[in-house]
Amino acid sequence: MTNWADHLIILPILLPLFVGAALLLVDERHQQIKAFANLGSIVVMGGIALLLMRAVDPSTATGSAPIAVYRLGDWPAPFAIVLVADRLSVLMLVLTSILAFASAVFATARWQRVGAHFHSLFQFLLMGLNGAFLTGDLFNLFVFFELLLAASYGLVLHGSGQARVRAGLHYIAVNLTASVLFLIGVSLIYAVTGTLNMADLAVRIPQVPAQDRALLEAGAAVLGVAFLVKAGMWPLCFWLPTTYAAAAAPVAAIFAIMSKVGIYILLRLSLLFFGAGSGASALFGSDWLVAAGIATILFGLIGALASQEISRLAGYAVLVSSGTVLAVAAAAGQPAVTAAALFYLVSSTLAIAAFFMLIELLERGRDPGADMLAVTREAYGEDAPDDPDAEEVGMVIPASMAILGWCFVGCAAVIAGLPPASGFIAKFAMLSALLGGDAATGISPLSWTLLALLMLSGLTMLIAMTRAGIRTLWSPTERADPRVRLAEIVPIALLLLGCVAMTVQPQTAMSYMQGAAGSLHAPATYTDSVLAPVQTRVRTGGGS
Amino acid sequence: MELIVAIAIAALTGCGVWLLLRPRTFQVIIGLALLSYAVNLFIFSMGRLRVGAAAVLEKGQIGDPQAFADPLPQALVLTAIVISFATTALFLVVLLASRGLTGNDHVDGREPE
Repeated sequence: MTNWADHLIILPILLPLFVGAALLLVDERHQQIKAFANLGSIVVMGGIALLLMRAVDPSTATGSAPIAVYRLGDWPAPFAIVLVADRLSVLMLVLTSILAFASAVFATARWQRVGAHFHSLFQFLLMGLNGAFLTGDLFNLFVFFELLLAASYGLVLHGSGQARVRAGLHYIAVNLTASVLFLIGVSLIYAVTGTLNMADLAVRIPQVPAQDRALLEAGAAVLGVAFLVKAGMWPLCFWLPTTYAAAAAPVAAIFAIMSKVGIYILLRLSLLFFGAGSGASALFGSDWLVAAGIATILFGLIGALASQEISRLAGYAVLVSSGTVLAVAAAAGQPAVTAAALFYLVSSTLAIAAFFMLIELLERGRDPGADMLAVTREAYGEDAPDDPDAEEVGMVIPASMAILGWCFVGCAAVIAGLPPASGFIAKFAMLSALLGGDAATGISPLSWTLLALLMLSGLTMLIAMTRAGIRTLWSPTERADPRVRLAEIVPIALLLLGCVAMTVQPQTAMSYMQGAAGSLHAPATYTDSVLAPVQTRVRTGGGS
Repeated sequence: MELIVAIAIAALTGCGVWLLLRPRTFQVIIGLALLSYAVNLFIFSMGRLRVGAAAVLEKGQIGDPQAFADPLPQALVLTAIVISFATTALFLVVLLASRGLTGNDHVDGREPE
């Protein structure tokens, strides 16, 4: 890593901070300026993420598992704050900026005008997300988590209206309680180990004496519950479909990544702290994660079948996706399986975000949507320029229903995992990794269970999506074609194109995921990279 | 002292959880506030309870970590206080908005039959 590349790591946090703060000063009337600043910041962020991806890519870098470490204030690692960029966190950064770009473009068509400070909140949300992906210690993880949650509270209420306020009230209460659990977990872990740096924790956890182990595991479990609430794990997920269905479409689309933050942290911490080689506590809680993941998939499938509204269906699709990643990644503990789960994570997140935006267009003109708009207009007075006929951005595209239909088919194919969509490749990779596990011991019953569950989830989602599609697209209702602007259909197409790219070039994507999973399963490289200078400079004494 | 702190945390947590499970928004917000006090005390006690220890460094005792209290829980508590103030204020705003839109203070926005 060269010097300039080192400083790149902190930019995904600083850039949205400054842009978001600057946008607060711009008057609400200058929406175009704000939108351009927001989009420009996201584009730069995406560029930085791609540069970082190049820096940690196994094919271009020299080392086997390059991990970029940024020490704030240049203090050695366990005594100060570090930011760590490895393949997994950079992958999440890239995914975040793609989703953010799509939903920010989508918001320029209409949603940015229905409430105050949309773009600033959006930037702060991105700051929290990027920070949570990059941070190397639990303390800052808490700070960035609260940052992204605070921004998300604002965004969930964006557009106001009774449904959003009620869903937001529940969402905030649940997440504040989860934050309390987060703090309890963090402080228990600190009490036992005396450190909050993730790499240092990974080194110290195998050395924790037996009498303190119960306390440590209790702390880890409480911390895990806090993340499981965010990831939408059954039975902690009842807030999720309601909140996501009530949120504005671009907000729900960017929230698709928020449930993945919890999964990212769980994957990282469970493999770092309780990986196969971590002594007495090895694989602590992984059975619970598998069980919770399976329960979540089942709950999500039942919910998807029971959904009368298409937006709730999308919320349950989020649950199915979260559950699948957790169950599969925690079950096998092999890099190949984790890599396939990561592939699934990326492709399903892209498709679900596109789906959330598509729903808004499909439901336009239906009665509930009209009600919601009326409430919004009433709440913000008559000066809100919310006339659907006003052509400010783009144009009304012809044959909009046909295009929306095709986008719906694309989303359904990816979410249900139909060939040739990327969802199919992801599921195929997970199945083949599960089946190819251990030649000596054969295939475990758990693998068979997951295999059946993956098939079942594909079939069930296909039924649910087809039913919703028939009801929305084919039912002969008396209504005109929805008015869709170019700025609304392009982001959906962009996200689906991302899925297509993963279908066309699965090998490129898969080899990156394998690199990411490989370094996740080798925590020694992570701890060595973060703690390297300290072990020579400070730890010359008895400690290891 | 350990017993007193433990009882204080237990009382705050118990009241907080009970209030959190109540159906009125005001009770929920008070419950969340009590819970966050309990957690702040808990974080302090996780950094070991010390009486009369200097916050960071005592004069003339540089280099002796036994002489001062653990600064990290203090930093964590400070952060947690700031964040819980901010989020509680935000929650209060949402609570008032909900009260204004629905006309009652039930968490579901509807009075039970």
